[in-house]
Order: sequence, then C-alpha cells, then structure tokens
Amino acid sequence: MSNSDPLKCDLLVIGRGMAGMASALFAVNRGLSTVQVGMTGEIVFASGLLDLMGVHPIEEKKVWQDPWAAIDSVVGDLPGHPYAHLTQDDIRASFDEVLSFLEKEGLTYCREENYNSRMINPLGKTKTTYCVPGSMWGGVKALQKKSPCLIAGFRGLGDFSARQIVETLQHQWSDLRAAQIPFPDTDHVNELFTGDILAQSLELSINRKKLIESLRKHREDAEVIGLPAVLGMHHVGEIISEMEEEIGVPVFEIPTPPVSVPGLRLNDAFVRGLSAKGVKHFPQSQVVKVHREKAEEFVAIIGHKPAQHTILTKGIILASGRFWGRGLYADRHRIRETIFDLPVYQPENRDKWHADDLLDPGGHPVNQAGVETDHLFRPLDSSGKPLFRTLFAAGSILAHQDWMRMKCGSGVAITSAYGAVKASLQLE
Amino acid sequence: MSDLETQVLIIGGGATGTGLARDLALRGVQCILVEMEDINAGASGGNHGLLHSGARYVSNDPISAQECRLEANLLRQLAPECIEDTGGLFVAVEGDDENYIADFPLLCSKYGIPVQEISRDEAFEREPGISEKLIAAYLTEDGAIDPFKLSLENLAQAQSLGSTFLQHVKVIGFEMGKNRIEAVHVLNAESGQERLIKIDQVVNASGAWAAEIAALANIPINILYSKGSLLVSAYRLSQRVINRLRPPSDGDILVPGGTVSILGTTSVRVDLLDDVRPTIPEVDLIVDELGEVVPGLREARYVRAYSGVRPLIQSQEAGDDRAVSRGFAVFDHTHDGLENFTTITGGKLTTYRLMAEKVADLVCEKLGVSSPCLTLTEPFPSAKKGKWTEPGLSSRVWLKEHASRKPILCECEMIPENVIDDIVGNIRKENITPSLKAVAARSRMGKGLCQGTVCGTRVTSYLYEQGIFHSDQGLANIKEFLDERWKGERTILWGEQLIQTGFKEALYCGLLDLEL
Repeated sequence: MSNSDPLKCDLLVIGRGMAGMASALFAVNRGLSTVQVGMTGEIVFASGLLDLMGVHPIEEKKVWQDPWAAIDSVVGDLPGHPYAHLTQDDIRASFDEVLSFLEKEGLTYCREENYNSRMINPLGKTKTTYCVPGSMWGGVKALQKKSPCLIAGFRGLGDFSARQIVETLQHQWSDLRAAQIPFPDTDHVNELFTGDILAQSLELSINRKKLIESLRKHREDAEVIGLPAVLGMHHVGEIISEMEEEIGVPVFEIPTPPVSVPGLRLNDAFVRGLSAKGVKHFPQSQVVKVHREKAEEFVAIIGHKPAQHTILTKGIILASGRFWGRGLYADRHRIRETIFDLPVYQPENRDKWHADDLLDPGGHPVNQAGVETDHLFRPLDSSGKPLFRTLFAAGSILAHQDWMRMKCGSGVAITSAYGAVKASLQLE
Repeated sequence: MSDLETQVLIIGGGATGTGLARDLALRGVQCILVEMEDINAGASGGNHGLLHSGARYVSNDPISAQECRLEANLLRQLAPECIEDTGGLFVAVEGDDENYIADFPLLCSKYGIPVQEISRDEAFEREPGISEKLIAAYLTEDGAIDPFKLSLENLAQAQSLGSTFLQHVKVIGFEMGKNRIEAVHVLNAESGQERLIKIDQVVNASGAWAAEIAALANIPINILYSKGSLLVSAYRLSQRVINRLRPPSDGDILVPGGTVSILGTTSVRVDLLDDVRPTIPEVDLIVDELGEVVPGLREARYVRAYSGVRPLIQSQEAGDDRAVSRGFAVFDHTHDGLENFTTITGGKLTTYRLMAEKVADLVCEKLGVSSPCLTLTEPFPSAKKGKWTEPGLSSRVWLKEHASRKPILCECEMIPENVIDDIVGNIRKENITPSLKAVAARSRMGKGLCQGTVCGTRVTSYLYEQGIFHSDQGLANIKEFLDERWKGERTILWGEQLIQTGFKEALYCGLLDLEL
C-alpha cells in the first residue's frame, strides 16, 4: 500500500512504549488529532507494576515508603531529573488519568495514593512499587499480613519456581508453602511454556475448571493463593473472581520474567482504547526521516516503500526509548539520538559508560545518558535553547534518570508524557 | 585436620597440570591434583584455543615453532575430538613489512612447517571477508582446539586410573624436611578446611602463579606476567584460522571456535595476578588491528572479552614481551636444595603434552619409576565430562535425542534439563557444591547472545525445583553468575550488545531488584 497524500495531524507520537502510549492518551483526551508510530515498545516486557519513585540515592540503596518525599529528594539532588520539570499536581493528575483509562479498558489498578506498596517478585524478593494490577493486589495484602499462603507454580513455566519464592522468603514469611502443579492438559508436552500460551488457554472455562480442581486439592490451610501472572489474557478480573469463588480464598498473581502477560495486557488495553478514541496507529513501522517544511510544521516519512506514509504534523513527542527502544544507539565511540541526531548527554568516553560490577550500587553512567530538555520537555541544543518550538521528548530517552535503579520507569514515562502534551497545548 | 597421602602432588589444574596427571597415571603413578579455582582458570582458559602450526614463530622462536609442529600433529591423531582442523591462512595487507613476507616461506621450509602460497582470488574464495588490500596469502596447518575439553579429558582419564582432583583447594605452605618437602598444607576455599598432604614429589604447574608457589619454599623464580586479551564474536567470521603475516604483534589472530570466532591478542605487562580483566583500549586495539585484515570485524557484534596471563620466563627486564620466548622451562629444584620439588612453567597450549612429558620423565626418574611415557601413542578416551563445553554440541545432541527430549533451559546454546542434571551430577561427584557458576564453567550456559539473561533465572528456578538450591542461595548464585558474565561483557558493550544488556539490567534490576 502506498499513500502519497500526506496525513495531517496536530501531534505525532514516536514510540509505542509506556511513554508513547501515555502521550497519545493525553493528547487525544485533549482533542488533539494524534498519530502514533513505532515498533512495539518495551511495554510488552513490562511486569505490570507501575513504579513512581522508589530508590534514591541509588548508591545508598535507600528505599522510600513515600514516593512523593522521594521525588522531592531526587529533584533536590538531581535538578536534571525529569521530575524537576513537573509539579506534584501534574504527577498526580497524570496517574489518575492513565489509571481511569485502564480501568475503563478492563485493567484495574490498585494503590495507596500516598505510599508505595510492596510486592513479591519471582526471585522471592519484595519489590517496592506504586501501582499494582488489581490481579496482584491480594499479594500486597498477604505479604503485609503474612497470611498463611500457598504459592503454586506450573510445571513447564520455566522462569517461575514457587519453591524458590518460598525458600527465599521463608525467613520473613513463615506461613508460606510451595506447590508445583501440572498445567491442565499438558502432561504429554515436554517443552517450556511461555506465560502468554498459558494465559490464552485459561480463557477457556474447561481449563480453568481443571486448574481450580487441582488448586482445591493443594489448598489445605492456606488463606490465600499466589500464582504466576498467567490468569487469562483478556478477562483477568472475571477469571480471578471465579477462581476465588470456587476455591474459597483470595487468589493473586505474581509478576514473571518476560514473556510477561501483564505487559501484554497493558499493551492490548492501550492499543484498543487509543484506537477507539481515534488515535491513528502505524504499528510496526519506523520513522525514516523528519524534516521541516514551514516554521510550524514537521514532515515525517514513516515506513519503507511501498508501505510508506507522509505525515504533516504541528508537533512531535519523541518517546522512542533509550537503547532498548532504539531511541539512542551507541557505536564504539559515542551515543547518538537516532531520529533527529539531537545532542545526547553522555559520559565522555566508553570507559566511563559502565561500572566494573553489573550490580554496582551506583549504577552505570550510561543509564543516565539521554536527551536534556527545558521545563516544557523540549530537547535543547548545545547552547541550552530548545531546538524546535514544538518538538518534545518523553520517557526513558530523557537524561539524568536511571529508571531501573531508581524504580521510576513508568512514573517518568507517564508524567513526562503529561508534561509534554500540556506544553504542546500551551504553545499552540 | 585430616591427612592425605600421595606419590605426586600436582599444583595447578590447567592444561599442564591435568596433562601431567594423565601422563603420570598412564605410567602407574598415583597423584593428587590441587586447583585453587576451577579447571583452566588461568592462561589455559584465557587463550585463543589455537592449535599452532608453528608458522607464527618461525622468525623469532624457531624452537617453539618446531615443537608446535610436532605436537599439533600428535594431538590431531590422539585427541581429534578436541580439535577442529580448520587449517590456517596467513595474510599480509598493504603496508605490511615486505621483507618479512618474503622470508616467511623460506623460514617455514627451513623448519619443516608446511605452507602453500595462494593467489588473491583463491584467498578471497576461501575467506570472502578478508580485506581488498591483501598482498600475500599462505595456507598453513593451524587449527582450533578446545582447551576446556582437553583439560577435562586429561583429568577424567587420570581420575579413572586412580588419581584425585581437589578443586578450590589452595596450597598455603610446605612442611620442610632435610633437603626435601615432607608435606603440603592446603586450604579448601569453600569449606575453610585445612589439610596436610604427605607427598613423595611436588610439581608446581601453577602457570603464572609458579613464582608465588615457589616462594612458599623460599625459592625465587623470575617470571614476567604478560596479559593477553581476546574478544568473542557473536557469530563465526571465518572458516580458517587467520593470522596476520607480520612479526608477532597485537591483534594478529582470528580463530574460529565452533559457532563463534575469537580475536586477539594483546600483550600488556602486569604486576599483579588478581582481577586480570580486559580493558577498553585493548578491545579497541584488537578490533582496529584485525579490522585491517578482515574489515567486517569493525561492524561485528561481540559477546565477550576475556584475558589470560602468560607466564614468561625471562632474565632480562627490558624489551618487548612479544620477543620473549614462548618456550617452557622445567626447574629441578634439587639445584636449590630441594630434591623432590619441580616447577614447570611457560610454554603454550599446543605444547602442553610435551611439557607434561618432560616433567613426568624427571619426576619418574626421582621416584625410580621406569615406565615409558604413553601420551605419545595413547589416544584419549572420549570422556563425557568435557563435551558440553563444545559450541554447538548440545544442540546437535538435543536434535538427535529429540525422541526423549526435555525442556530447553538455555535457549541461546540449546541446553536441556537433562544436560543440567548430568553436569550437576558430575559436580557432586567431584565433591563440589553445585552452583550456577560451576554449571556454567562446565557447559555453554550463559555463553550465547543473551549472556545469561534468560538462563540465569531459568536454571536457578530449575535447581530450586530439583531441590538443589535451598533458602535464599539462588540470589547469591545469580549474582555470582552474572558477575562472572559481566567481567567479559563490560568492554564490548556498544551497538546490539548494549541493547541486549539493557534488557538484562531491566530484568535483574528493574523488575527483580537484585541490586538492592
């Protein structure tokens, strides 16, 4: 398919990760005609937990119970951190808007508004996070109360061992028990499954019946049951309710390493909901080139011939990610921004990119690399002025934040998207 | 403190130590081999895996050149399962020393090393990746050898003949008698247990650590430490071993190893043996230098870099380490007043068997044992233990055994559950606590593109489910395993491999909080 008529829009969002999805949502909710382009983002790898701000300073491994105090602290110490460009009201409003959108799309999220929560992860560690999928909230409660709990894993789901979680957590949660059960109708299969296959198969009630039967047998004195996050792809809420009713105790999901079903659910919810709101998607296609024809307009070439499109847009939000999303690319000598060749804040040479230890408490300087912006999230040129009046950046491409160590990935994505969209309206 | 007794105590589980254990065992001499870390933890593991034809040394070290030729031919016959007989190609490009190029075939013929000049066209046909700037090309008989498999096979045969292997056991002192060592104090680094081993003979085969061991007996040995670093590419980049046709220098050699290629080396003088790691300038030097011969190497993807320390025996302090002989030395410490203590050091992987033979001859003479050396004629029994280190083997076996297949735990290297079971069983037989690091050292686990990202969690989960890991051991195991991978990754992280690492950190730090 070739399309020679340029498509006109108010805002082009480049990127399909959390920041891209959130940007498109905020834009379309505010009446901007919005086009979204990019390869499937890291969102499908997401655990489903939405971090806001958990650890600072990272070298002290200081974990914060109060994310708002943590944000004040990080902004005080690192004035370049993306949160420095946002007010607390903006941050709260952006989360409210995303959570209410996801709720309408069937993905309920739970949180203590003013506090972080703790959730168990597949290594048996307890992770500090902000918003927890409704399907996992029972796990937060059970961990708090140390309720008698059964963790069940499935034979064949290779990245998840109930026994590992139980053995590792035992010292702080004595009433924890593990069981490994066969997944319904898989006795003959001698392969590892990925979570998405199990989740699809639990959409069928006959498979759920068998699983419920098996869990009833293993329940014993457990007052709550934890399972890997594979309890359905599209109807997780209903499926968990049904299981709880039939088994008689609360059931919760535990995040898994990728393939992560909660990440796929998030992606589905955004794709579905944004399309319904009228966001025009060009999935699995990349921006080949962007140039400016008039002062207030960008021309973006999307995809390769014959499926190439031209888009005329008033503004752009660059949410193309860091290395993994390919928003940044590094050769042996330096780090580049891949679409506009924007200036990239980075350590002076490769020797300074990484610390000597992978788990160095201070993290790796390369993970603070990225695009620096003004308070309106506009990338800056080398003299510190915005490069373009209506080019914005959001998400992990932003410099001065190590989301993996600070536990602020979703938070930076959602809030900077909010800031960028708000700024684009302000400048209109 | 429990006591052990043996005829010969061998210190060092590298190619020489394990080769010596086999040689002595075949002569009916019982030994204990102690290794402070793991098999091939030193230079025996930190090298190219190159079976030298000898051609590289014709100009500056003809003795090594001829030893390499003879030994390589022997190993081809006796240990074919450890060797991929790729053949070699020596190439010169514009700007390389023309006198050296002209002398090369003459010197090779003088020392009996087969070479055959080929045309540019034929060179490009055999190795399409070589530079357009090619000016001379010679076929040689270089090949690839798997040093881990070699040492594990040597060890397996020695053990089957009654010798004992003690791993993670460090020599901490000698019990001196009159003109001899009576016993050796050793410390198990894992259990903290000390033991005293009564011995007839001690052989110090600890490679770069030889001077430290000799110092425990108050004997000075002058050894230079030359660090060499190497890179592993994500894919195999040539069919043959490619050597730069010039006087031995940095970044000269590209060796295929199964599904990957190994590029090297450098030569950097170091003073300490602790924490020897490749550096970014070394990595860049190797890529730039070899990129002149095979330009695609500049764009290639790399998965690891690693270093080994060559022990060079040398009296003079000045000069280029490349000019120091790569030959080996046997020190009979009778001359230092200890009649039952011998040190063997220096040398090359290709000549390890010869080194073991020489020292075994000396030890047997001292013991009054007259059996002849059998490693000259006795082929290796293909021991099972070494086999999972061979690139591509587990996938071939998995395909063959498809009928009874088990789930795959390491997808990059196709390692199924039953291979992990097999390795854990062997580790337990060696009286070692099973750990991820130990499993990785005995297999291809974590050596593929993802460098342990997926198999790190998966094998840990599996070992918990099998009841092998308990309590929170998994956390320390994953950290140790990832640390070991990281040593090799840190210097090669750009392009695609940097993206890969981003995934690893997002998983282990972003989701799993392993750093906290």
